[in-house]
Amino acid sequence: MNIKRREFIRIGGITVAGSMIIPSVLQSCRGGAPLSQSASGYMDHFEVTPEILDKVIAAAMEKGADYADLFFEHTLTNQSTLEDGKVNSAYSNVGFGVGIRVLKGDQTGFAYSETVTPEAMLKAAKTAANIAGSTGKSGSVNISEFTPPNYYPVVNSWENSSIKSKIPFLLRMNEKVFAGDKRITKVNAFLVDSSSYIMFYSSEGKLAWDYRPMGVLVGICIMEDKGRVENSAVTRGFRTGFEFLTDDLIDELSTDVVRQTAMLFEATKPKAGEMAVVLGAGESGILLHEAMGHSFEADFNRKKTSIFSDKMGKKVSESFVTIVDDGTIPGNRGAINVDDEGNPTEKTILVNNGVLSSYLHDRISADYYKVKPTGNGRRQDFRSIPIPRMRSTYMENGPHKKEEIIASVKNGIYVDNFSNGQVNIGPGDFTFFVKFGYLIENGKLTRPIKDVNIIGNGPQALADIVMVGDDKKMSNGAWTCGKDGQGAPVTMGTPTVKVQKLTVGGINS
Amino acid sequence: MNTEEKYTLASLVMDHALKSGAEQVSVSINDSRRSNIDIRDQKIDKLTESVRNSLTVALYVEKKYSAHSTSRLKKEELFRFVEEAIAATRFLAEDEFRTLPEPDLYYKGGSQDLMIVDNSLDAIDAKAKIDLATQIHDEAFKKDERIISVTSSYSDRISNRVLVTSNGFKGDASSSNVSLSADVSVKGETGRPSDYWYENAIFFDKLAKSNIGTKALDRAIKKLGPKKIKSGKYPVIIENRTVSSILYPFYSALLGSSMYRKQSFLIGKENKPVASPKLTVIDDPFIRSGFGSALFDSEGLATVKRPVIEAGVLRNFYIDTYYGKKLKMKPTTGESTNLIFGTGERDLQKMVEGMKTGVLITGFNGGNCNGSTGDFSYGIEGFYIENGKIVHPVNEMNITGNMNQFWFSLVELGNDVLEGEAFKTPSMMFENADLSGI
Repeated sequence: MNIKRREFIRIGGITVAGSMIIPSVLQSCRGGAPLSQSASGYMDHFEVTPEILDKVIAAAMEKGADYADLFFEHTLTNQSTLEDGKVNSAYSNVGFGVGIRVLKGDQTGFAYSETVTPEAMLKAAKTAANIAGSTGKSGSVNISEFTPPNYYPVVNSWENSSIKSKIPFLLRMNEKVFAGDKRITKVNAFLVDSSSYIMFYSSEGKLAWDYRPMGVLVGICIMEDKGRVENSAVTRGFRTGFEFLTDDLIDELSTDVVRQTAMLFEATKPKAGEMAVVLGAGESGILLHEAMGHSFEADFNRKKTSIFSDKMGKKVSESFVTIVDDGTIPGNRGAINVDDEGNPTEKTILVNNGVLSSYLHDRISADYYKVKPTGNGRRQDFRSIPIPRMRSTYMENGPHKKEEIIASVKNGIYVDNFSNGQVNIGPGDFTFFVKFGYLIENGKLTRPIKDVNIIGNGPQALADIVMVGDDKKMSNGAWTCGKDGQGAPVTMGTPTVKVQKLTVGGINS
Repeated sequence: MNTEEKYTLASLVMDHALKSGAEQVSVSINDSRRSNIDIRDQKIDKLTESVRNSLTVALYVEKKYSAHSTSRLKKEELFRFVEEAIAATRFLAEDEFRTLPEPDLYYKGGSQDLMIVDNSLDAIDAKAKIDLATQIHDEAFKKDERIISVTSSYSDRISNRVLVTSNGFKGDASSSNVSLSADVSVKGETGRPSDYWYENAIFFDKLAKSNIGTKALDRAIKKLGPKKIKSGKYPVIIENRTVSSILYPFYSALLGSSMYRKQSFLIGKENKPVASPKLTVIDDPFIRSGFGSALFDSEGLATVKRPVIEAGVLRNFYIDTYYGKKLKMKPTTGESTNLIFGTGERDLQKMVEGMKTGVLITGFNGGNCNGSTGDFSYGIEGFYIENGKIVHPVNEMNITGNMNQFWFSLVELGNDVLEGEAFKTPSMMFENADLSGI
């Protein structure tokens, strides 16, 4: 993509969503220089020069720090909302500023500024510098520019897409969902789109930049039948531009949400207790995210608070289990061209044929373990410090067939639709909430079940994975992972997986 | 920006929106200053300082509605921002229910100071903050050989807010918070449990500054060696600081938006029993130095002290202007303030001592509640109790039920009201809870 500055500043009703939220630094139009995908374009965007960057870094390092970095961000977010058959409200937000981080060993000083004038940045830099309590001086460094690959090329940017052009898709969803079942009484839908401009500069001279688009669509269906009410939601999220929205996507989501909601009327709660759990392909990747992924984040291991912190290089699972965390899937919600510490992203193998082979690293932990950063240093925004985070976490295919996996279970449940999960890192206890699934009785799916929590223990669950299917599927739901108060877009995926034993929330006779 | 400057800017933006075609406008300006210090294993781990500003403008244009916020507060930029936002709003569908509140319902000023801001927090120097955090860190550090890691934090915040609307509301509010916390991880044979303790205050002088690391350590150690128990129906006691997790779905079901969207299991239950007669909850906005105290809500509606649940009977919902119109209900205020619970006779210790067989729940782990039906299922951790004594910690279990029945099984409230929070919950005992374990 090659957005020209002039296009950025177009105003007027038809480009509202984009232009209404741009800061005036972009509106001067002076020179009309192209904001191409280059470092100079980004420096221009944030109205800084290499000299200013060096000055701010020098201030950040003046108390004897080992390292400092600047994270510039400009994010435009829009939401368009449908209720009662009409797109009748819209919201937008502008986030603009710079986060300044200073490291002394593994100690962090951090401050941010919502204005990027040299004075404001210097003030924030001096605050962050306090983490290092002595005096020091930074020498000059050569700028090394990192031109990232582009895992999310954009055809039509959200900034240049009017709310007018988004409305028909939401109306289509309303119409399609209502047409799906006459018991439907309400449909809510919303579209959230955002565009982020990121520029990173460090005391090591590393200069990186990224343009991050995101589209998220949510549809909620309410159905009423004989006095009972059930609700269900579907979401999709991709790092793409306006081309995210297609009639096919809307139709697929509409069909899914109607089907899901209708099934809830048939569903009951299972019996409480331990049982075999078959995790259907796709969303069940939440198991990997909660039971293992978080515990593999290197900050917890560096601090020795993770239950996996003494298991590196050890066998943690059957040899047909390989788990990866991947930032390179094109257009994926969890993809990043470069992480928020200026490191390239990659496909990191966490469990390699059953053996724990890597943690997920940020700069501090990579330094601590003396390994190459894995590109997992992510932050919610310029107001937050980078920490190790997942991207797209999934399990590779295994040797079994879905049918044989289900057939192998005498008494258990099959689940493939989830709303949320959580983990306690130290004990390793993880949970995920099942919106919908089935009982498995004598090798067959029987009664539908709903609204149950499943709880297990990470290392135990990993060891208890006894079958892995060959039908890997990614979930492209709008998953947002929360850690230390920071949200990060992620995805997950898995083939059909059988876990020998987990504790299923249910009722007791 | 001081309060007067915020009023001036908010009024300028409001006037510009009116001139540019909006029929009604509200503008709020918020800022908050935060400072946070983490000490981990005897060193400063993180030191962060931040000042955050934002302006939000809500626009009502030709019966159409949108709202926009930005952290960029230069006047000229804001004018342009508003013009573009108005142009965007015109594309939306009309919505007859979107208006500013009725002016009669606005807070009109004149109430006494709620005493919820300590401006002296700004004068506390970094050294004093570091010393406090270090002190509570040292309460736990190396005090037990099973300790893996000790982290302590000092944090404080001052927030200020100004709201103006084009039909006559003008108000400002400030609040502050200061806290100390400690988190301790210990190593056992099967896992590395951790637990925390924290103290929270509005005024620095009122903050409890010791016995925080000690409590966190004690709690973490007690969690070593957990076991699951057999699935079954058990009485449970939910510790005061954990009750809010199971209360939130109930609160959420009281919101006008949830009811309108049929994502509330309390629709049509006004003046009907929704919980055990032992439960009484009052929403009281006017408690001096209360953590949820407020004179007006986010729309400017004057807050009112009112019962939410009286002896198990539902008395009030939280209705804002928009959903009030849609539901044909009178607006009450869109959010809770301080929730005050009726209390019982015994403290947690005595409640445990009085329990024959059951579980003391000290934490929830994930789970969710279906808003439409009230079906819930949550992971739990805590302690197995027999004959009034803690036998062993439990983990990896679930509690499952339905909110419409669960709250009727409330048999006792403690007298141990949680201080330092807006939801001032005591510990609560429920009977016949469905627990999943072995």
